[in-house]
Amino acid sequence: MDPIISSITSNKRRTLIFFFLYAVLFAAIGYLGGIYMGEPILGFVIAAIIFCILFLVSYFGGRNVVASMANAREVTKQQEPFLYNTVEGLSIAAGKPMPKVYIIESEVPNAFAAGRNPENAIIAVTRGLLNRMNRQELEGVIAHEMAHIANYDVLLATVAVVLAGAIVYASVIMRRMALFGGFGRGGGSRRSGQSQIIGIIFLIIVAIIAPLFAQLLRFAISRQREYLADATAADFTGYPEGLASALEKITAMQVAKSPLDNQALNGLYIVNPALGATTLNRAAAMFSTHPPAAERIKRLRAM
Amino acid sequence: MDFGYIFPAIIIFIFAFIVYTYNRLVGLRNMADTAYANIDTLLQKRFDLVPNLVETVKGYMRHEQELLDKITKARTDWLKASTLSENAGADNLAAGALKSLFAVAENYPDLKANQNFLMLQEELVGIENKIAYARQRYNRTVMVLNMVIQRVPTNLIANLFKFKNREFFEVESDRVRSLPQVELGGGKEK
Repeated sequence: MDPIISSITSNKRRTLIFFFLYAVLFAAIGYLGGIYMGEPILGFVIAAIIFCILFLVSYFGGRNVVASMANAREVTKQQEPFLYNTVEGLSIAAGKPMPKVYIIESEVPNAFAAGRNPENAIIAVTRGLLNRMNRQELEGVIAHEMAHIANYDVLLATVAVVLAGAIVYASVIMRRMALFGGFGRGGGSRRSGQSQIIGIIFLIIVAIIAPLFAQLLRFAISRQREYLADATAADFTGYPEGLASALEKITAMQVAKSPLDNQALNGLYIVNPALGATTLNRAAAMFSTHPPAAERIKRLRAM
Repeated sequence: MDFGYIFPAIIIFIFAFIVYTYNRLVGLRNMADTAYANIDTLLQKRFDLVPNLVETVKGYMRHEQELLDKITKARTDWLKASTLSENAGADNLAAGALKSLFAVAENYPDLKANQNFLMLQEELVGIENKIAYARQRYNRTVMVLNMVIQRVPTNLIANLFKFKNREFFEVESDRVRSLPQVELGGGKEK
């Protein structure tokens, strides 16, 4: 019990650090954007308001945002009794409330969990996963997601997805506006050498924000978390081979140009959907959020 | 350093330890109660489906009367059960008999084509898995609870407040591991 409890505490702390970093970055962007437009304080205030809204949205509605980003829809027990029963069984094993069950209509097998705490969590699986796994394998996958929920990994992951997604999107818009001169049109006459320098600094910062956040996202969902979730899953089912064989199958079945491949969401899935992409992407995926599947399978089989 | 502080410090430490251990014991006891109630709810659900199952199967299985009697008996046992071991006994009887019933059902193609039977089968196998998980949850909680009650120094506090060891929800050993692996799903498996 104790290692899991301490990992819950460290996860909550890391979430706080994460929020702080986001706040600082929002403030910096707002301030610089404000200088660029000639109203630093106004920029700062706008950034603060946007941050507060995003914070509330990602905390209270993060799971819905993530679900709609992944094109997942909720299913009832009558629609999917097999899946529903499996999730219910593992929520009992974990001693947590029953999460909501979602399905993604895609033939590529994969699964993820989201939500701010075990009381408000969802588990989503693809149609392909449901069709291609046997009962033990599906139990292994659901147990892994249940472990993420029980360990509070989902809070960090969900908040990271929403905030990082928003900032990447915003930076793309801002970059475009700056490039095409949408900014500072009103203050054109006051434009001096100084404000041009600030403009260039602003561009550089905005241009590096997106990759920086992609990076943060990767660190946030660390490899250790995956190993821990695998171990907890094996503990829930008492049958590590189920998850090991599921991981083997899922990894082999990822395809190039996967419909699930989404920069913001990839870290959330049990197996990175970018695995089926080009060699370069695959190498990047291997060394980021998730440890290589082969290593996870090896550890599970050694249990 | 003033040694006059040491005595009150020790008292405070002991008091804090008692409060911490007491709260931990109460927490574990409640967890065990919840886990047990969980098993009970699931057993209720399973045995509620039994008359329906027997009714459905009766017309098809002419040679398995003994098996059906066993399932019905497990239900009657469970209805009468008041202690944990009686509950566990009925659970074991029912689990074994249901497993045999679904295995035997393979020999009756007509039954396998019955929509009602397939639905009951998926439902019962699902409940069976959940019971296994609920039992595991309960037994683990009880193990931690008993450990805190028996170990030094927490046993002193447990004795002081009269916390009692709990009984495990026992299963026939060979079934524990084999059960979740039974391939009986309603045509979902490959």
